[in-house]
Amino acid sequence: MVRVDGKGSGALVEIRSLDKKYRRGGEEIDVLRGLNLDVDAGEFIAFMGPSGSGKTTLLNLIGGLDTPTSGAVRIGGDEISRLSGRKLAAWRSRHIGFIFQMYNLIPVLTAFQNVQLPLLLTNLSKAERRKHVEAALDLVGLSDRMRHYPRQLSGGQEQRVAIARAIVADPTILLCDEPTGDLDRAAGDEILDIISRLSKEYKKTIFLVTHDPIAAKRAGTLLHLDKGTLLECTADGLFACKPEDAGK
Amino acid sequence: MAIPLEYNVRSVFIRWPSTLVAVLGIAGTVAVFVVMLAMAQGFQAMLIGGGSRDNAIVLRGGADSEMMSAITLDQVRVIADAPGVARSASGDPLVSAEVVVVGAFPLLATGSDANVQIRGLSPIVLEVRPNARIVEGRFFQPGLTELVVGRNVSGTYAGFKLGSTVEFGGGRWTVVGVFDAGGSSYDSEVWCDAVVLNQVFKRPENIFQSATARLASPESFQAFKDAATSDPRLTVDVFRETAFYAEQSRMVSTIIRVLGFIVAIVMGVGAVFAALNTMYSAVASRSAEIATLKALGFSPASVVASFVAESTVIALAGGAVGVLASLPFNGFTTGTMNWSSFSYLAFAFRVTPEIVASGLVFSLLMGIVGGLPPALRAARLPIIVALREL
Ligand SMILES: Nc1ncnc2c1ncn2[C@@H]1O[C@H](COP(=O)(O)OP(=O)(O)OP(=O)(O)O)[C@@H](O)[C@H]1O
Ligand SMILES: [Mg+2]
Repeated sequence: MVRVDGKGSGALVEIRSLDKKYRRGGEEIDVLRGLNLDVDAGEFIAFMGPSGSGKTTLLNLIGGLDTPTSGAVRIGGDEISRLSGRKLAAWRSRHIGFIFQMYNLIPVLTAFQNVQLPLLLTNLSKAERRKHVEAALDLVGLSDRMRHYPRQLSGGQEQRVAIARAIVADPTILLCDEPTGDLDRAAGDEILDIISRLSKEYKKTIFLVTHDPIAAKRAGTLLHLDKGTLLECTADGLFACKPEDAGK
Repeated sequence: MAIPLEYNVRSVFIRWPSTLVAVLGIAGTVAVFVVMLAMAQGFQAMLIGGGSRDNAIVLRGGADSEMMSAITLDQVRVIADAPGVARSASGDPLVSAEVVVVGAFPLLATGSDANVQIRGLSPIVLEVRPNARIVEGRFFQPGLTELVVGRNVSGTYAGFKLGSTVEFGGGRWTVVGVFDAGGSSYDSEVWCDAVVLNQVFKRPENIFQSATARLASPESFQAFKDAATSDPRLTVDVFRETAFYAEQSRMVSTIIRVLGFIVAIVMGVGAVFAALNTMYSAVASRSAEIATLKALGFSPASVVASFVAESTVIALAGGAVGVLASLPFNGFTTGTMNWSSFSYLAFAFRVTPEIVASGLVFSLLMGIVGGLPPALRAARLPIIVALREL
């Protein structure tokens, strides 16, 4: 179940009255204004919206990379906006997998070593780590590229390594910020196939930001971010307004 | 577990041109530091090497160098009879009564005059100081104006070749032998009969400056000292020879060390700036990587540790290069002024394992000082800003 009216309860992700303002120079920019969102575990959500509408900002807030100006972000019952520094870092490593548009692999480490990074924060033994890394790389179809460095891989392969890194520690939530934005159609489709599989077979809760309507169709729910808040896209392609906005 | 060190080592190699500047800066600093310490060490070893734990040196009470001391022949006899003094096979006490004068002779290297310490001693001295032995020619004969010279002398001053005659103090002296005193300060001295020296220099014949006694064993020292200092016929100070020379070398070696530290600190500041610069640019050019690592869940502390480790790797590489560059100086021979007699002393630099270790510790220190501020900046870098920079 996905709701944007703030009326859900007990969802995996519960966002209430979320405000995010940025100050640049003298002026303040209201990026998110009173945003509500409830997402149950296992949902696959796509966010669309014009550039600068705050999609990345929203993902960063869900992933604990940024803190809200006001409002609440509860994930699995934890109020993550209250965590800070070391605790927040530890929380991220357990619950969130990030997939970025530019892959963000560490260029001096091999595919294997890149994927292994999140496991270095666990208590797993070296042998267990190897097993997990191999399984993750196998899932994205790159078992034969473990010793390659990022510069020896194509963009699509790099993004697959990044996906393996995001899932290797088995997080509940995957945050994907335009993961196909830098890829051609074919490579992008491969990435979307993997993400769809992670949703269907592995029951990951996935948030996908994209500018591509075809990519967005993979998701179970399409949400539109506009003027700082979320609108749900109805079956007929129109945006349903939040109740309190209906009269305006 | 922390961010793997491999990440830092590989990154260092990728950015090697900028790293090289920091490595060379630290290498130069460590090399100078090690060479200065090696010089102080060599100087100290040279002076202390002349001393033996088996020997006691007796000076007039209150005199802290031979130059300011006087001991009469009668006193020398009392000392010779004191308990603990070793005797030769023929039963003579192993005591050398000594006089030191200074003569100016031209240096081979520059032609300008430098002072040589000329030591008059008792003919039995080779038994008092068994670490000195004749390596060429023969020992001087008592009563004659004959000289034996330390092994550094003929190579340092003009006119001291074996068999040549030298004029000083109004006398004509013949060089009859060369002795080796194991690299100690004696190797820069000229030795002759103390009685003859007093005569030639028209000094009172029965007054010497010091007496050196060979003891039956190092443990005899206390008994000997107690006897000599409590005897009413003597007003003397007694030192173990090793302690005496250590004390004599302290000032100069301390000056060299302090100078070394000052130079090293000045250069070290420069090297730290080079390291800071390298690390700040590393942090700046890798801000997206750092943000990614933090997004994955690495804590700010592990980011600090990682970048300090990286700077330490660079610094240790510099330290190793610096130590290697300083090794050829091991054994390098130079001369300095003996500050109590103003004579010229030759000594060899000594790069000891302790000095190598302190050079490496020094480089480590520079690495930490140069790495910590950039590492803190890396840890504070806001993740979302750095991720956007990609
Ligand atoms: N750290 C920041 N400081 C100031 N302003 C910021 C900061 N981060 C984001 N913004 C602003 O907030 C707004 C939302 O940015 P955000 O990156 O979330 O948009 P987006 O929907 O992801 O855009 P795009 O589709 O281009 O990626 C923009 O106007 C952006 O300039
Ligand atoms: Mg964005």
